[in-house]
Amino acid sequence: MDIADFYDTFFEEAEELLADMEQLLLELDVDDPDSEQLNAIFRAAHSIKGGAGTFGFSVLQKTTHILENLLDYARKGELTLRADLVDTFLEAKDIMHEQLDAYRSEEEPDQEAFERICQTLQQIALDEIGASLDAPATPAAQPKATPAASSDTEDAAQSGGNHLVVALLNVNDKDRTLLVEELEQLGDVLAQSGDEKRYEVTLKSSDSADDIEAVMCFIIEPDQIEINAIASVAAEPGAVDAASPEQEAPEAAAAPAPKAPASQPTAEASPAKAAAKEKPKKAAAESSSIRVSVDKVDQIINLVGELIITQSMLDQTVSDLEDQSVGNSSLQNGMSLLQRNARDLQESVMSIRMIPMEFVFSRFPRVVRDTAGKLNKEIELITEGKSTELDKSLVERITDPLTHLVRNSLDHGVEMPDVREAIGKPRVGKLTLSARHQGGNILIEVRDDGAGMDRDRLLAKARENGLNVSDTMSDDDVFQLIFAPGFSTANEVTDVSGRGVGMDVVKRNIQSMGGRVEIQSKLGEGTNTRIVLPLTLAILDGMSIKVGGETFILPLSTVLESLQPSKDDMYAMAGDDVVIKVRDEYLPVIAIHEVLDVENAITDPTKSIAVIVQGEGRRYAMLVDELIGQQQVVVKNLEDNYRKVPGISSATILGDGSVALILDISGLHRLSRLKKEAGKKVVNNQNFSFYKEAETS
Amino acid sequence: MSQANSGAVLTAEAESREFLVFSLGEEEYAVDILKVQEIRGYENVTRIANAPDFIKGVTNLRGVIVPIVDLRIKFHLESVEYGGQTVVIVVNVADRVVGIVVDGVSDVMTLTPDQIKPAPEFGVTLSSDFLSGLGSLDDRMLVLVDIDKLLTSEEMALVDSTSSH
Repeated sequence: MDIADFYDTFFEEAEELLADMEQLLLELDVDDPDSEQLNAIFRAAHSIKGGAGTFGFSVLQKTTHILENLLDYARKGELTLRADLVDTFLEAKDIMHEQLDAYRSEEEPDQEAFERICQTLQQIALDEIGASLDAPATPAAQPKATPAASSDTEDAAQSGGNHLVVALLNVNDKDRTLLVEELEQLGDVLAQSGDEKRYEVTLKSSDSADDIEAVMCFIIEPDQIEINAIASVAAEPGAVDAASPEQEAPEAAAAPAPKAPASQPTAEASPAKAAAKEKPKKAAAESSSIRVSVDKVDQIINLVGELIITQSMLDQTVSDLEDQSVGNSSLQNGMSLLQRNARDLQESVMSIRMIPMEFVFSRFPRVVRDTAGKLNKEIELITEGKSTELDKSLVERITDPLTHLVRNSLDHGVEMPDVREAIGKPRVGKLTLSARHQGGNILIEVRDDGAGMDRDRLLAKARENGLNVSDTMSDDDVFQLIFAPGFSTANEVTDVSGRGVGMDVVKRNIQSMGGRVEIQSKLGEGTNTRIVLPLTLAILDGMSIKVGGETFILPLSTVLESLQPSKDDMYAMAGDDVVIKVRDEYLPVIAIHEVLDVENAITDPTKSIAVIVQGEGRRYAMLVDELIGQQQVVVKNLEDNYRKVPGISSATILGDGSVALILDISGLHRLSRLKKEAGKKVVNNQNFSFYKEAETS
Repeated sequence: MSQANSGAVLTAEAESREFLVFSLGEEEYAVDILKVQEIRGYENVTRIANAPDFIKGVTNLRGVIVPIVDLRIKFHLESVEYGGQTVVIVVNVADRVVGIVVDGVSDVMTLTPDQIKPAPEFGVTLSSDFLSGLGSLDDRMLVLVDIDKLLTSEEMALVDSTSSH
């Protein structure tokens, strides 16, 4: 087994550790830092350093090393924390994250950023405690401050290696073989013996116990390893290594750390009370989840989708048999049981892809802190419904729009602290992020208690921008104006927002996820931006329609109503464009059979059905032959094996096993216009003869 | 593939290769059998609007949406009929699954390198770029189609080309 196989695990763990570190840094009360939190931050840095060193990511290792030393001073009370120091730590964390990304994509990390942050951190050390942090070389830092700093490189240089006894507790044969192979790569295995319960390997290695443990923790849990130094060749570093666990053990005992990093360097402390106190909690948390790649989950979801389709095919066959009175009651019972089980299975499988909104919300304390700092505003962030679950693909795509809305709220919504005080509001503005389920949708809200939106100013600005508005527009419509491209009411463009680019992108992004944005606002009281999203993209509520002999699916969320058009309501415009009057509103008419060239379709509009649809802000009437009904469909990508088709968003498989295409509402609109433009050149008017009659009649 | 290239391939692969032989009208064609995933009947194809005429549409292959191409239309054959004998060869090319409609599948042939002759450069409908050679088998001639190149080519319009969209 090659060490490269562990890279991915390291990257994922390091990412989690960095996220933990950021969260802890943000929660840290600068004036009265909690020692448990400081310890947890230190441990996170320490674990990253260990891993980075093992895998030879030297830049990341050095950065973490310097940060770790500073953190070590901080947790010992030798360094007094200040807000600006925490900011620097956060910056260091960001740079470490960039370095991690660089290593992941097999590139060299940005040298300039690395040098800059090292310099900054060392400057802090010099200024605050008068210590130089160029650690390994400096005697001041090494012996007492950081036992961990005495790791790998210098050990390796000084000594031929330590003699260590690595005991593996309750490790099965397969893992054990892997681990022993791994140990062989780290040093010379001198002896090995024991059984499944306790298997001892005597090793001569130039790596420290910490590093060996860090490598093995990728395979087994820290509390399954016990490393002891024995008569070492170079006595001193060995002694340090052996001592360090003891030193850290009491801290670990004191810190059941709420979000403690997974691989803590506390393993050696097993005899101490630490284990007793921490073990049950940890075991429960870790055994209850496994890491699975998204591909595997998607594969299961696809297979279950297949199962559902097969089941509905069988269902149809059984009911056909019944119609011919050759049904069989046990067959029927079996079918209904199968149906129920298949639905249950589908639901449970879909829930695997669901992840809590916490993944999105957890980045906002940082965003709010940074933005508020830039704007000199004081903001309190409240998050509600962190455990609300949402499809993974949506979670990834909602983060950017949400960040934009939050920034916007902080910039334009919440007033400056002095202004707030003057109008009798608390100095500290309140920003609430909430998520909850509502029907088949998820509702995400960004609420602030700021100035609210000024309807008159929005209207004035809209006129200035040449938008078509009237004073009688509903509040809702007026507020939607902020989503118009290039629209900004900010008096001046700030660093944070105000350029008017963005809000339209936010709206487009959310619409592309099948969602919508609503705004409620009261002048002087605040604004509430609500995002309504479907729970998943994999399943869609559809309306099946028939045109000619072909079946299509319309996303139900786009359908407003359907009606039977009468001749009197249809008007021709400029020859070949047709509009229909629906309750005092004129809507363009698009006949599906024309746009998609369907043969044998009903060409007389009064005999077909007009479905009023809305998508991406466009509303029009779609002429179809027949409405079949509503059904849930499993969305299948057309681009996997084919390509993007204009007017079609994706496909699905119907109960009879045939493929039906899912229509793209705004794509059809574009396609229809393109076709008409092309048609004009060819002089092809026979399809529109009816409308000409309508015009004269 | 140019002549020089196909020559290089021939010398490099001294072993014989297996080909699936299919017919389009009176002509016999063959594809590398390793590209073939399965053979099935022609049924239940959903038309795709505004696509070239040789793209018959998409079908459901055990949950995977697969485009179906009729090579007879693509190669301008005179008679294009769909019946019980009409066969779809499902091939795997460039990480995609595509079905090609042919008049019939006859057999699997093993061709030794010296039985594969370079294709002359003359094709207009079927450019010799899309051929890996001509196979001679007694008095039969097999047109060896380089199915990868053919199906991923721009004129097949099966793959989103970076230039057009």
